[in-house]
Amino acid sequence: MRVRSSSRLAVILKLTTLQTLYSTDHPGLKKRDELEDMLEERRRSSDARHALRCYAPAVYKGLAPREVSALRGAVLQSDALQHVIGQVSAECGERRELVQEEAAHLLDEMAHRLRLGTVRFFAYVLSKVFKTLFRSVRVNEEGVQRLQQAIQDHPVVLLPSHRSYMDFLMMSYILYTYDLALPVIAAGMDFMSMKVVGEMLRMSGAFFIRRSFGGDKLYWAVFSEYVKTMLRTGYAPIEFFLEGTRSRTGKSLTPKTGLLNIVMEPFFKGEVFDIHLVPVSISYDRILEESLYARELLGVPKPKETTSGLLKARQILREDYGVMHVYFGHPVSVRSLAQGRVKRSQYNLVPRHIPQRPCLAAQALVGEAAFRLVRLQEQAMVLRPWTLVATLLLQNPDGMDLPVLEEQAAWLRRLALSFGAFLDWPGRTCRPVVGAGLALHKNLARVSGGRVRLAVAETPGVGQTAEELAFDRAVGVLSCASYRNQILHVFIRPALLSVALRTANSSRKDEVYTCFNFLWTVFSNEFILCPGASVQDFEEACYLLGKCCAVQESQQDIVMSEGGHATLAFLRALLDPFLQGYQVVCQYLCKETEENLRENKFVPAARNFALQLILAGTLKCYEALSSDLQKNALAALVQLEAVTKVKV
Amino acid sequence: SSHFFRQDIMKWNGWGYSDSRFLFNKKGQGEFTGKRYRLSGMILPSLKDWFEATFGTSLQHKTPATPTLNVSAVPPPNLVEPFVEELKVAGVAASHDPEGRVFRSHGHCLHEIFALREGRIGRVPDLVVWPNCHNDVVKIVELACKYNVCLMPYGGGTSVSSALECPLEETRSVVSLDTSQMNRILWIDEKNLTVHVEAGIIGQDLERQLNESGYCTGHEPDSMEFSSLGGWVATRASGMKKNIYGNIEDLVVHIKMVTPRGVIEKSCQGPRMSTGPDIHHFIMGSEGTLGVVTEVTMKIRPLPEYQKYGSIVFPNFQQGVSCLREVARQRCAPASIRLMDNEQFQFGHALKPQVSSIFTSFLDGLKKFYITKFKGFEPHHLCVATLLFEGDREKVLQHEKQVYDIAAKFGGLAAGEDNGQRGYMLTFVIAYLRDLGMDYYVIGESFETSVPWDRVLDLCRNVKERIVRECKERGVQFPPFSTCRVTQTYDAGACVYFYFAFNYRGLADPLHVYERVEHEAREEILANGGSLSHHHGVGKLRKEWMREAVSTVGLGMLQSVKEYVDPNNIFGNRNLL
Repeated sequence: MRVRSSSRLAVILKLTTLQTLYSTDHPGLKKRDELEDMLEERRRSSDARHALRCYAPAVYKGLAPREVSALRGAVLQSDALQHVIGQVSAECGERRELVQEEAAHLLDEMAHRLRLGTVRFFAYVLSKVFKTLFRSVRVNEEGVQRLQQAIQDHPVVLLPSHRSYMDFLMMSYILYTYDLALPVIAAGMDFMSMKVVGEMLRMSGAFFIRRSFGGDKLYWAVFSEYVKTMLRTGYAPIEFFLEGTRSRTGKSLTPKTGLLNIVMEPFFKGEVFDIHLVPVSISYDRILEESLYARELLGVPKPKETTSGLLKARQILREDYGVMHVYFGHPVSVRSLAQGRVKRSQYNLVPRHIPQRPCLAAQALVGEAAFRLVRLQEQAMVLRPWTLVATLLLQNPDGMDLPVLEEQAAWLRRLALSFGAFLDWPGRTCRPVVGAGLALHKNLARVSGGRVRLAVAETPGVGQTAEELAFDRAVGVLSCASYRNQILHVFIRPALLSVALRTANSSRKDEVYTCFNFLWTVFSNEFILCPGASVQDFEEACYLLGKCCAVQESQQDIVMSEGGHATLAFLRALLDPFLQGYQVVCQYLCKETEENLRENKFVPAARNFALQLILAGTLKCYEALSSDLQKNALAALVQLEAVTKVKV
Repeated sequence: SSHFFRQDIMKWNGWGYSDSRFLFNKKGQGEFTGKRYRLSGMILPSLKDWFEATFGTSLQHKTPATPTLNVSAVPPPNLVEPFVEELKVAGVAASHDPEGRVFRSHGHCLHEIFALREGRIGRVPDLVVWPNCHNDVVKIVELACKYNVCLMPYGGGTSVSSALECPLEETRSVVSLDTSQMNRILWIDEKNLTVHVEAGIIGQDLERQLNESGYCTGHEPDSMEFSSLGGWVATRASGMKKNIYGNIEDLVVHIKMVTPRGVIEKSCQGPRMSTGPDIHHFIMGSEGTLGVVTEVTMKIRPLPEYQKYGSIVFPNFQQGVSCLREVARQRCAPASIRLMDNEQFQFGHALKPQVSSIFTSFLDGLKKFYITKFKGFEPHHLCVATLLFEGDREKVLQHEKQVYDIAAKFGGLAAGEDNGQRGYMLTFVIAYLRDLGMDYYVIGESFETSVPWDRVLDLCRNVKERIVRECKERGVQFPPFSTCRVTQTYDAGACVYFYFAFNYRGLADPLHVYERVEHEAREEILANGGSLSHHHGVGKLRKEWMREAVSTVGLGMLQSVKEYVDPNNIFGNRNLL
């Protein structure tokens, strides 16, 4: 059976009807793999047979045969955990056996219980669900093959982007379908409250971690030893989300380094030869949680995950979610990352099971790696034409004539491609592509009388207050923005430069850079800007704007070129909602009279402040209502030491 | 003359005796020539297949060595005439014969032998001198100081650390001080069980002569056929049977060394002293940078009444290491215990001589069946430990049982005396195999380290993998032979030996590739908590890591000793520091 599936890969690769993502008129761009619809075979053959077929994935070559069933014992008896149990028992005067029991309890709460039967059940159900939800699920099969090889050679960590609950279901589903080793997945504890589903997920490979356990030494020890044991033994690929949670905005979130630290440590300590980190970019035509997210950003709390809630969500199944794209990136070797950066011999003088704070170089490396991996995710995220359309519509709140929209979309397509966007643009003409996007997102954009505009209410409905109307409109704008945000990573550096060119006092490069750097710092929480890379980013921005003839560079100066106006204006407009939003936050903080503002009061108060401005007609930017933006702005102000956090 | 005796029966561009070598005969069968070893004169039917499969070589593609030394390629000697004159007056034998100088210009690092095989001769000593006794050495050192001549002590010539290479930057006349004529046992003290020996004696001669009196030192490094007592002291040598007899630092009671400052020695032979840092430890491991060891008093033991070999098969390397660790924990290690990984186990099989009877081959088949089918050992994972027990008969048998009982706990099965004995015999012939490889585009080397127990497995895996990876990245066409064995156990760790060889067809500069890979392998060892060397020493090959290995202050201490003892760098081989 394994042969069958790998031969399937081979056959598919040879198919000549491949749809290329890049038309040949952009030969200079990065070579990317081709994508295949993995649901195609599901639509042709029995799902039951698919679920019951022989599943025999290739495993890590160093896998110790008996380790699998002994995982629990191996973790609980590990030197590392025993060491911490001893410490904890000494510190709190508790009997060692009790602490040991507590550790066992924590582990049982956490651990996955991967069962092939459950996986088969999921394979069956998800086949049905995915076929209903998606027109196709397109996967780069070369990436799957690379992953298959990587899993055999080294312990593998899968790092998918996180936009939807679908993400990890889809990941496991894909790996099962291609006969790859199923991952164990770090999931937030919130799922556990869904009794049946929680257990189902557990049996399909999820393990659950508490959202916060900062000070709990024992929890940390159990958790990190659990993950490291699975990694060291090559038990299964480990999967977690660098962003820590689902991005509600469509932008990538600043990566969290906690788990990445844990999974890289076995390499630093020489316990494995190498570890391969595989970024996976998952993108959706339409996100299932689209309007939920917008509401969450506006302060409607996230619904608690309950099984009955999930059943209610069945109506979701009736809608069309278009195409889903999953791109498996090239494995990144931790060994290569660490080459010449981290001295592994620093661990020579202390037994390795004793927790040791990694040296500064290692910490820096992990931080950088995290950003780099999120960037890799971003770069391989398939972008659909609709993201361009949404961008244009947001910049033209009064609507656009369809032909103008099409023309602009074609222009923007060229610009995005020249900036290296991974744009999936079927065919070369614009009209059908724009039309298809509008059709799929008819809840967000409306076409009437040859004019396209955002589908937001103009006047209050019956019994609707002005506030409710503003809220409704904000939901529409934020939903739309979540698509525009997907493409921001392509434009962010040139956009920062465009604003800097406008604000700088002269065209001297150093002055422009100073402005650029300021904006870069301010927005370092908003966008994925690798720490310490502002000079590189500036150079990249100059290069890209030079390449599309928007600016001209000389030895000393950088100036807008004659035909550069449209490009620069577009890029500035792209950043405009963020600039406005940050300004609103600053205004609010200046006006706030309370001496000590409590952090949990900040978001509602800032939102209310923005809402009042909108109602008064002085603010047109609905994105200023987004709690994500407000939090990022506050974080930036704290970093810039304009605001200080004090513990009360 | 007798001065050249060793040189006459040994290869000038390979390992060991001229009459003993591996070759593939006309039928393509492996064969070991000569009469000196148990394997000599035997046909090795599986060697060819193993060799071709392991290295991806073909016997069609040969890279034979230059048959004879081209004397005209040897640079003319740079002699300090008055020095030579005064030596003659003092009655010290000396020669600037080119063959003798070339013979003493190298150890047995791959690059040294590779160059000789290609007929490339680098910097060689300008003169060879043969002191006959301690006083001769005193005279030579005095004259060297007087005429500012560079002295390089030469014992058995088995160095694998580039220690015997003449430094290229040395402009003075270089004199090789060959200790081979100082090879007498001066006295045996049966009351204290010590022997006083001149330091030039070769290991096997010392052991043989002591055996005649019913004694032994028990010091048996793998090189003991050719290496000298003085060399052992100068490099901190380790012997196979150190578990009973100790390493050289445990065996030495008294050392006499001639330095440019004069003679250094202790005033008595007390078994242990608290007289400041032990000055012996400035001498042991000084690698010829401070002076010449001339006489040594060593411990001796009565010859053991009984010896027994043994072997154990383990399902995998991990289990084997766990067993060795347990044996060390219980401090019940036999005289020797070594654990080979699977690749070496298979390699050992390739060196099995033709079986003489159908019965033996039938038995072999049965054994294989029992282990792989009945016991479920995976042929590509199993590994073997070889054992040597020594002592009085009863105790040996008791000891043996204890060790096999421990082994059983780790899934180990006793695999017979024969396999054990063969394992140790192979130790002595394995060095000859490299020359065979070099006849067919295969180059290789072994290197060692010592490492705490908890890191043994990780270090072995990572270093082997690093070698494979580096070879691939540097364009080696066929996966290299990358294998290891644990050769010694200690309370707190083990000594690990790596063998590494590859087929260099298609490489423009195989030596460079080889050196880079070995370098990276050493980096990997250090990154995994291994030491710079367990017993090979530092020489010039591993100098670059000395500061990291002993800290800047540590290095400064050693430098200040050198500064005091030899301010003019008369002992200018530039090893270690």
